[in-house]
Amino acid sequence: MSTTPSVTREDGPDGVALSLAGEWIVAAGRHLESAGASLLSSALGAKRVILDLAALQRMDTAGAWFIDRARDELANAGATVSYRGERPEYDLLLKEAGYHAPEKSTRVPPAHSIALLSAVGETVHGAGADFLDIVDYLGEVVTMLLRLAPHPWRWRWTPMVYHLEMYGLRSVPIILLINFLVGAIVTQQGIFQLAKFGAADYAVSLVGVLGLRELGVLMTSIMIAGRTGSAITAEIGSMKMREEIDALKVMALDPLEVLIIPRLVALVIALPLLTFLADLAQMGGGLLVSWVYAGLTPAVFVARLQNAIWVQTFVVGLIKAPFMAVVIGLIAATEGMEVRGSAESLGRCVTSSVVKSIFMVIVLDGLFAMFFAAVNY
Amino acid sequence: MNDAPSPPPPEREVIIRVRGLKVGFGDHLVMDGLDLDLYRGEVLGFVGASGAGKSVLTRTILGLLHKQAGTIEVFGYDIDKLTPREHLEVGERWGVLFQEGALFSSLTVRQNIQAPMREHLGLSQSTLDGLALQKLALVGLPPETADKLPSELSGGMTKRVSLARALALDPEIVFLDEPTSGLDPISAGDFDDLIGTLQKTLGLTVFMVTHDLDSLFAICDRVAVLGQKKVIAAGPISELLLSDDPWLKSYFHGKRGVIRLSAGADRPDAVVAEDRPQNARR
Repeated sequence: MSTTPSVTREDGPDGVALSLAGEWIVAAGRHLESAGASLLSSALGAKRVILDLAALQRMDTAGAWFIDRARDELANAGATVSYRGERPEYDLLLKEAGYHAPEKSTRVPPAHSIALLSAVGETVHGAGADFLDIVDYLGEVVTMLLRLAPHPWRWRWTPMVYHLEMYGLRSVPIILLINFLVGAIVTQQGIFQLAKFGAADYAVSLVGVLGLRELGVLMTSIMIAGRTGSAITAEIGSMKMREEIDALKVMALDPLEVLIIPRLVALVIALPLLTFLADLAQMGGGLLVSWVYAGLTPAVFVARLQNAIWVQTFVVGLIKAPFMAVVIGLIAATEGMEVRGSAESLGRCVTSSVVKSIFMVIVLDGLFAMFFAAVNY
Repeated sequence: MNDAPSPPPPEREVIIRVRGLKVGFGDHLVMDGLDLDLYRGEVLGFVGASGAGKSVLTRTILGLLHKQAGTIEVFGYDIDKLTPREHLEVGERWGVLFQEGALFSSLTVRQNIQAPMREHLGLSQSTLDGLALQKLALVGLPPETADKLPSELSGGMTKRVSLARALALDPEIVFLDEPTSGLDPISAGDFDDLIGTLQKTLGLTVFMVTHDLDSLFAICDRVAVLGQKKVIAAGPISELLLSDDPWLKSYFHGKRGVIRLSAGADRPDAVVAEDRPQNARR
């Protein structure tokens, strides 16, 4: 589509003349690059160099850069360089878009292996600081709640209800589906494995106790950490990115009160409700599978279940839910506030919000298990 | 300021041709039967009331918004009927300075400027580095800027880096969406000079949406005015000044425009001097 840039050398009485021809434009890509290199190499060692631009068809800023770089480097090598036959606009372009010798970078990037090690070290060190951050934030939230408690009109009821719908009501279908499947899977494996001991009927106790105490609340929390925790981090993080948080602050509004408390409260209300539904769904899954695989009729299943579980079993699961909600909400909010200007940091914070809250949910569940075992509940 | 000639001779090459453009959102039409020509090598200033659809038109020409009717030809190609190859070619031949900069936030300034070159041309890394620094110098930024992230830049720097990226492939047309808004008068003047220099040396065609009256006077060969869903007037600014369209009258002869006229566009010092009492009265 265009004539490739080229250089021809002529030795004359007054030095080396390099005549440039063709189109010295960036679209020529590699051709331009090699022409620029040959411009340098073909005049190396000459005392006087004349760059003849008369036959140049076109030049753009990239072309000007290559030509000016050759001039600069030849001049540094001790040659006197001059232009010949250039059009006035090229003169201007060579001046405007000329070559500036880069300063030598003093920064030496560290070796890859060392960089990796130092990143690991930083992460470990940062984990402690992260934990303190969360505790610090928890303190701020509690203070804010105490401060707001006597002023119910300052509570943001509308956003709270809105978030309750988004986090609670809209999560119902997926929570029901997941927990129904988990209940079904646990019961099916229970029936198969316990059948070896002739105790297949105890699968009902298995799904009853395991589902109500642990799996219902755990699956729901993990699902909400992924679904709602990420949403909170992304919402707050993008508001941080667009300086919306700063706008709130200069209006003397506390982002904690305006943005985070309503979300946190909505989450604390939504998660126990969802856990209750999750428990029902797990029992439903267990009922269906025992009917299909073990031939237990629903009436028998319910009777067995009644023997296996007690109100306590259900309460132990449910009591954990608000704590899970606080952990998820706090991690999501702190991560959201960590977002800096770039899209990449938003992505990183959302990822770490989900990973951290799922991890913490499981750790917390373990701690609760140890606690309830210790108090014999 | 160029010695503004009477309407451009018809034989000049039209680089963008918009005919009968109709763009709308739902039932609300923003453009209705809009015609516009952009000639090669000119700087076209594009003005209109806020919300008149200047950005919508720019985005429609760039193919970012769907139009309901009409044709847009760029470099002689109908933008609705581009083959993938032609699409790539058009992408290499135009550059865009978005209003907010639209820099890639996870890349450094250097990588931002290199991005179009890296994707479209097979240049070596050392050449890319050199050209990135050259483009930075061209827009008047120091080389230290190269390793910063877009979030660390001020508004004016973001505009300059964005211009450097728009110029990376030495395009034939650059679209500038309010390039001088938010810049101090000195930087805005430098920006105008830079555009003027590039237009003279590279034969660059510039489509500039602007409200900066100084830019309009200083570098625009023609000014097109958007109003009532059409281009209501287009021509050298000297002609538009004589127009009796009420909106144009208040645009150029209103509170802020009249100062420049009385002072003469060539004497910016007089503008400043007369600006003061007016501000004081408010």
